Amino acid sequence: MLHGTFGYGREFDQFIDLNKLGGIITKGTSLKPRPGNKPPRICETPSGMLNSIGLQNPGVEYFAQNDLPWLKKFDTAIIVNACGSSIDEYVELCKILNTLDIDGVELNLSCPNVKAGCLAFGTTYEGVKEVTTAVRKVLDKPLIVKLTPNVTDITLTAKAVEDAGADAVSLINTLLGMSINIDTRKPYLANNTGGLSGPAVKPVAVRMVYQVAKAVNIPVLGMGGIVTGEDAIEFMLAGANAVSIGCGNFISPDVSINAIEGIESYMTKHKIDDINSIVGTVEMN
Amino acid sequence: MPVNVKAKLISKEQLKNDIFKFVISSKEIANIAKPGQFLEIRVSNNIDPFLRRPISIYDIDKENSSLTFIFQVKGKGTTILSQKNVGEEIDVMGPLGFGCFKLENYKNISIIGGGIGVFPLHELAKTAKQNANVNTYLGFRSKDFVLCENDFNNVSNKLVITTDDGSYGENGFAINYLTADLDKSNTDCIYACGPLPMLRAVQKLALERNIPCQLSLEERMGCGIGACLGCAVKTSSSPKDAPQYMHVCKAGPVFDAKDVEI
Repeated sequence: MLHGTFGYGREFDQFIDLNKLGGIITKGTSLKPRPGNKPPRICETPSGMLNSIGLQNPGVEYFAQNDLPWLKKFDTAIIVNACGSSIDEYVELCKILNTLDIDGVELNLSCPNVKAGCLAFGTTYEGVKEVTTAVRKVLDKPLIVKLTPNVTDITLTAKAVEDAGADAVSLINTLLGMSINIDTRKPYLANNTGGLSGPAVKPVAVRMVYQVAKAVNIPVLGMGGIVTGEDAIEFMLAGANAVSIGCGNFISPDVSINAIEGIESYMTKHKIDDINSIVGTVEMN
Repeated sequence: MPVNVKAKLISKEQLKNDIFKFVISSKEIANIAKPGQFLEIRVSNNIDPFLRRPISIYDIDKENSSLTFIFQVKGKGTTILSQKNVGEEIDVMGPLGFGCFKLENYKNISIIGGGIGVFPLHELAKTAKQNANVNTYLGFRSKDFVLCENDFNNVSNKLVITTDDGSYGENGFAINYLTADLDKSNTDCIYACGPLPMLRAVQKLALERNIPCQLSLEERMGCGIGACLGCAVKTSSSPKDAPQYMHVCKAGPVFDAKDVEI
């Protein structure tokens, strides 16, 4: 489950068995609570959606006291998506996360919807390396860094993640987009622009996962428009070691469970015993 | 707890050129649904349109395990929905929204609605009328836009229909007739759903007169279950420079008029 779309899991517990999921990446969590952006925050687009939530979250302390104990009831990995607006803030946050009973941290250097931070660090080799290095020093837990696709060459930022000593890289976050109401001549989102996600971005994500998997030796967590098992397989063939579902969860709460079943039927059909054996096995023309 | 089910469309009626009334069969949802709650409908199995459509519940029939909803065809999603045939199954998630209409033990209530915002008020009036005197005020643009008059007549002790141009019923805005009645007699609570200018006027009226008031709100939704935090509404207690938000799909869609800044 991809950050930002699955809350802290509670909303989906009423529909699906969370124990069946390999892991949950929480919504973006910051050192202090964040109120989020002005509405409207959501706009549907062809085969996808734009969002400008603005990382609304109750802050890490609240998460640790209220959501984490609840999440721990389930047999699934808990990865906290961490966001901040300065290096100090990322470091402070990760110091706290390091003390919690979680399975890892996904560093969010790629949210397009907040003014300071996040994206500012995420678009250059130097920026990614600097913040990842700083966090690595205080975090003993597995560290994943999530990349923005809003760059010219994503292999550069991916290399920065590897060079800074992170354990894995995840991609893609949303693509910056805009949608205009032609009657009012105003953008649909109050924030004007927002992050595009959903099946519309899948080919971009698959291409970037392919490029990154070739460029680095650390594991790649692939995401971007996955709604079926077939989509997941496509990412794995491109080089993703694991995959995550984001706004596909909005189609149906059981989309992830169906995707797991879809992967299993693909394995049966193609007589695959170990799913890891297909990672990166795309045969380029 | 809400469920995600395939519910059979058991009756379909075109009320106007662009307004459809659907009755679906779902024991699971009908059994637990409350006035003010809504459904999230996936109109097709394709990825376009991508999101579910949030649609308010018009009527809950526990005896026959069915639910009625009425919707306006506005875009791609509602167009596809309007083309469903009786007998087809519809992918429905519901009932959603923790904030439903609260009836307390009110004996005298006023319900005000405008345009297509009148739909969630029907189940409210029906339920409330069992124990309370229900005065209903529904405003529409003109005669051609008047909806569900007979239904509301059956669930109200008094029904006032208004049109902006006076082409049907009373002339002017529904709130004027509500206000006039408030001058004459007391109401325990005002319930409202409709266009924002109407809701703002109702909120102002209720706060000024210190009358309890519940507003059913609308905002663009992603998930409908409180996960994506898309459908934000500002809390009235927000400090000026630090807005705080609640979410229509989770804390709402019905809010105490004192709690929200709209």
